[in-house]
Amino acid sequence: MSAVGQLGAASAAPPAKVERSGRRFTGYLLLLPGGLWLLLFFVVPLVSLLAASLYDPNGSIESGFKMTWHFQNFVDTMADYARPFGRSLWYSLLTTLFCLLLGYPLAYAIAMKAGRWKNFMLALVIAPFFTSFLIRTLSWKLLLSDNGFVVDALKWLHILGPDGRLLATTTAVVTGLTYNFLPFMVLPLYASLERIDPRLIEAGGDLFANPFTTFRTVTLPLSMPGVVAGTLLTFIPAAGDYINAQLLGTPKQRMIGNDIQRLFSAGAYPTAAALSVTLMAAIVVLVLVYVRRAGTEELL
Amino acid sequence: MTRAGRWIRQRLILVVALLVLLYLFAPIFVVMLMSFNEPKSKLSYTFDGFTWANWQHPCRPYGLCDAVSTSLRIGLLATVIATALGTLMAFAMVRHRFRGRAGANLFIFLPMASPEIVLGSSLLALFVSSGFGGKLGFWTVLIAHVMFCLSFVVVTVKARLTGMDSRLEQAAMDLYANEWQTFWRVTFPLVFPGILAAALLSFSLSFDDFIITNLNAGTTVTFPMFVWGSAQRDIPPQINVVGTAMFLLALVLVLGGELARRRRTR
Repeated sequence: MSAVGQLGAASAAPPAKVERSGRRFTGYLLLLPGGLWLLLFFVVPLVSLLAASLYDPNGSIESGFKMTWHFQNFVDTMADYARPFGRSLWYSLLTTLFCLLLGYPLAYAIAMKAGRWKNFMLALVIAPFFTSFLIRTLSWKLLLSDNGFVVDALKWLHILGPDGRLLATTTAVVTGLTYNFLPFMVLPLYASLERIDPRLIEAGGDLFANPFTTFRTVTLPLSMPGVVAGTLLTFIPAAGDYINAQLLGTPKQRMIGNDIQRLFSAGAYPTAAALSVTLMAAIVVLVLVYVRRAGTEELL
Repeated sequence: MTRAGRWIRQRLILVVALLVLLYLFAPIFVVMLMSFNEPKSKLSYTFDGFTWANWQHPCRPYGLCDAVSTSLRIGLLATVIATALGTLMAFAMVRHRFRGRAGANLFIFLPMASPEIVLGSSLLALFVSSGFGGKLGFWTVLIAHVMFCLSFVVVTVKARLTGMDSRLEQAAMDLYANEWQTFWRVTFPLVFPGILAAALLSFSLSFDDFIITNLNAGTTVTFPMFVWGSAQRDIPPQINVVGTAMFLLALVLVLGGELARRRRTR
């Protein structure tokens, strides 16, 4: 685009200057409608969520809520909801780990080995999105049910005891979460693996590195931007999810999303908002620490 | 030895990849199978018998087709608005240098990096505090959907724009096309696949959204909300008919696009 600008500048200098300042103005103009939408329905809501978290918790929808700068809300909610909160972060950490373990080979195979099937396999990764995610989670309920073949097979292999079950356990919830967020891991991983020049990997082999060393010293470091993007896109939505915990777990597997949703439906806005703000803050802090340690700050 | 090792390793990674794909598709097969199910009792969610009835009468469960139509209407509107606004933003981000570009980038990225429950609850907090708490419904859901689709549109179109060879536009300008002609004859056709992909993504995000919708829908029922509601009581097999149909439709669209692309490049 700057090339086009330069071209204009070369052919006619004075009008180009006018055009360039006009173009800068155009940039803002193009940004304006979408930017306003995000401002009104993303930024302003976050501010009102922050405000709602400081309302007097004794109000109700009927009587209205009063702004009392009630910082005690945060202390109270943390005392009451520390366990589901920690559980959410733990589950999404596990989910992220499993997604990385499953997603990396898949992304690698698509980027490096699929040849002319590349686009087809990529389409297969996205395809499950089109069956509603709730329906897919419900079918996990069937797959993992007590008399389903997965449980039978695991019992036959003695991995699961005779009374063992999968549904309504942590395993089921993490399986569902991993399943739901796997494409979010595969796509950025694929994008960064695909960009790697295969000659670099060949060079590793030429220099007598074994395939594992080549992978560890060439491929993996070059795919780090994809790893960071993928882990973020998995961890963040997983931490706020409550569908999997609700459909595949029991109250023992309750995540913080379940509580936020329940409190909002019950009209306990200040408590729910305080929980929501805390979740967001925890995620922002974790992400910043992680991105800094991964050394890929330019990503954000 | 190392050659044999490499041969196995190369196949191994493909086998693992296919297994992971199988994991991705396992529930889809279940959904397809269950769309032909004839449940013995209302509460049963096991395969009891084969029937065509669910496909012949998809609208039998009360409210199902209304919910699907609500979701379709919201999805189409949200797609049109988000794609239009997002494409403009993508052009601004790639084609124009202006102050605050880095900030704008972060600003567009943030909604994608926020958990849905936070996005949904903050919108609800806004609607309630601005006196729209009693007016939740179609329009509030639409507003929410446009909001979360926007960032995905910007990212998708931006990727296409960034990967484009700007020398093609240069060439058009060299051949005395004015800016307007260059845009419609060269730039737009080249970006169009990106815009189409963004629209498809928006529609699927909107059609599938539950967490944000559920908080802001009031008494309006979208298809995912219908599924959620029936998951608490009985699950009509027709839900699986809708799921299968959506999946097949998307598959036809994607494969058709791929075939058309291959024919063109041949």
